[in-house]
Amino acid sequence: MTAISDFLVITKRQLLQLVRVPEVLLFATIQPAMFVLLFRYVFGGAINAGVKGGYVQLLMPGIFVQTVAFTLAATAVGLAADMQKGLIDRFRSLPIARSAVVIGRTVGDTAQNIVTLVVMGIVGFAVGWRPSGGLFKTALAFLFLLAFGFSMSWIGVIIGLSVRDERVAQNLVFISVFPLTFLSNAFAPTTGMPRILQYFAEWNPVSTMVAGCRELFGTTNHFGATAGSWPSQHPLAMSLIYMVLIVAIFLPLSVRKYKNASSK
Amino acid sequence: MSANKPGVSIYAHELTKTYRNGAVKALDGLTLEVEEGTVLALLGPNGSGKTTTVRVLATLLTPDSGYATVNGVDVVKHPDEVRKMIGLSGQYAALDETLTGWDNLNMFGRLYHLSSQGAKARAEELLEKFSLTEAAKRPIKTYSGGMRRRLDLAASLIIKPKVLFLDEPTTGLDPRGRQEMWGVIDELVKGGVTLLLTTQYLEEADQLADSIAVIDTGKVIARGTSDELKRQVGGERLEVVVESAQLTQTIEIVKSVAGIEPTVDQGLRKVSAAVNTGSTALVQVLRNLDDAQIHPLDIALMRPSLDDVFLSLTGHAAEEQKELDVKTKKRGGKK
Repeated sequence: MTAISDFLVITKRQLLQLVRVPEVLLFATIQPAMFVLLFRYVFGGAINAGVKGGYVQLLMPGIFVQTVAFTLAATAVGLAADMQKGLIDRFRSLPIARSAVVIGRTVGDTAQNIVTLVVMGIVGFAVGWRPSGGLFKTALAFLFLLAFGFSMSWIGVIIGLSVRDERVAQNLVFISVFPLTFLSNAFAPTTGMPRILQYFAEWNPVSTMVAGCRELFGTTNHFGATAGSWPSQHPLAMSLIYMVLIVAIFLPLSVRKYKNASSK
Repeated sequence: MSANKPGVSIYAHELTKTYRNGAVKALDGLTLEVEEGTVLALLGPNGSGKTTTVRVLATLLTPDSGYATVNGVDVVKHPDEVRKMIGLSGQYAALDETLTGWDNLNMFGRLYHLSSQGAKARAEELLEKFSLTEAAKRPIKTYSGGMRRRLDLAASLIIKPKVLFLDEPTTGLDPRGRQEMWGVIDELVKGGVTLLLTTQYLEEADQLADSIAVIDTGKVIARGTSDELKRQVGGERLEVVVESAQLTQTIEIVKSVAGIEPTVDQGLRKVSAAVNTGSTALVQVLRNLDDAQIHPLDIALMRPSLDDVFLSLTGHAAEEQKELDVKTKKRGGKK
């Protein structure tokens, strides 16, 4: 009972930060919105999407997934900053549940994603994106996106608590998440990639998520792999397996890491 | 054994802790106790193990061996019990800088499981007490160093802890901020809290603590009140400054009274020697100088400063030396 109220206090703290410094949310939203516009108008003309409604139909699920994948960055950077400032030490000296701070953080970052996804959805709609999978499937897609962001956030916890420095965390997540989102079917067909990268892209959780969302939004996945591999045949199931695996591995690790976290 | 000794609030027994697989020995058999309602200053240079000690006692770090208790409760076995009794304020203001002072206190109040109303009331109360009411609705980012420290201290007092740990509470503050902080700490101590504070400022230990534990390379190397420690170094020191022409004669006079060879600083024309008889020696030297028709430019009887204590106990740390020298010059005179 108190464990729940503890993590809610931590989550509330994060949401309060957005109220006190609205610029943070503003920029967190402007960046993906900018991506939507750039990709839509710069690449959209060059890439032959081959689907009804054009490139933007394939692009939107890709950008949605990329954005929630970057929850990892938000979590890692936020926690590294808290470590650096000694705030984690203070939390650890309080009589609160050991899991409260890390759960509060991941839930808070997920809550922030809701706002970002809504804004992106509106921008996407404005430039021609039209999900056609029906209301239920569309809602389910967004649920999948939030869940994926939540699971990525747990990887961020380990990174943030390990590097203990805001700037190091920033650089580290950038060079790891960016390739992950580009070595996928998110923005371009994987068929143009060298053989080995194709293989990687096929099993990449970002690809299975993008493929799954395209399915739910009612768009044929023209950027998917040609090979009939399991992940490309069952993208939603594969995504679900990835998410469960990530949380099952990283949640206990994170709580353990937090218990022994030391700012120096 | 002494874990439950009545009247002892903080107890540490033979604590050891190494970092980087034994390469760095942070604590090397550290033992200390703080009686209920008293203030112990842990005095030592950077890297001597002060912060590590506090982190172990405040349940943030597990020692490799040894044990420690707070109000009789083992910090390793029952950390949650200990956390309910202690307040901790570290070297850096551990606050959420984007939030306001009020937000921070309210959040920590909730994390101490105060009711929504209770947390709000306590936040107001503490802001008032630490003269931060006016800044309550401003983000911490806009606070001065002194204000941050006060708010950080306020956050550690939410549950009115009986035992308080302050890790270098005034490091980095300007003289005014330091004075303010001392005033606040003094108030707390009058309220009956047991306080363990670490400091590298000898003056601070002298000012705030009932007793002082000098710590170096992870263990306590001396323990006592400020007076006791000073006595440990030796008696008082007599210093006479005269004209250059009279230096040789003065040396003889001081030597005959003190009974030892005095130290002479030719440049400053200063003759000094340790004396055991205090003011009697002073009067005797003055009388002999007068007889020899020497009129000293300056004469003083000085008790050893804590700086002297520190140097004579540790006798190392060239880096610290410079800093101490500067301070000694400023202090001077009789305390």
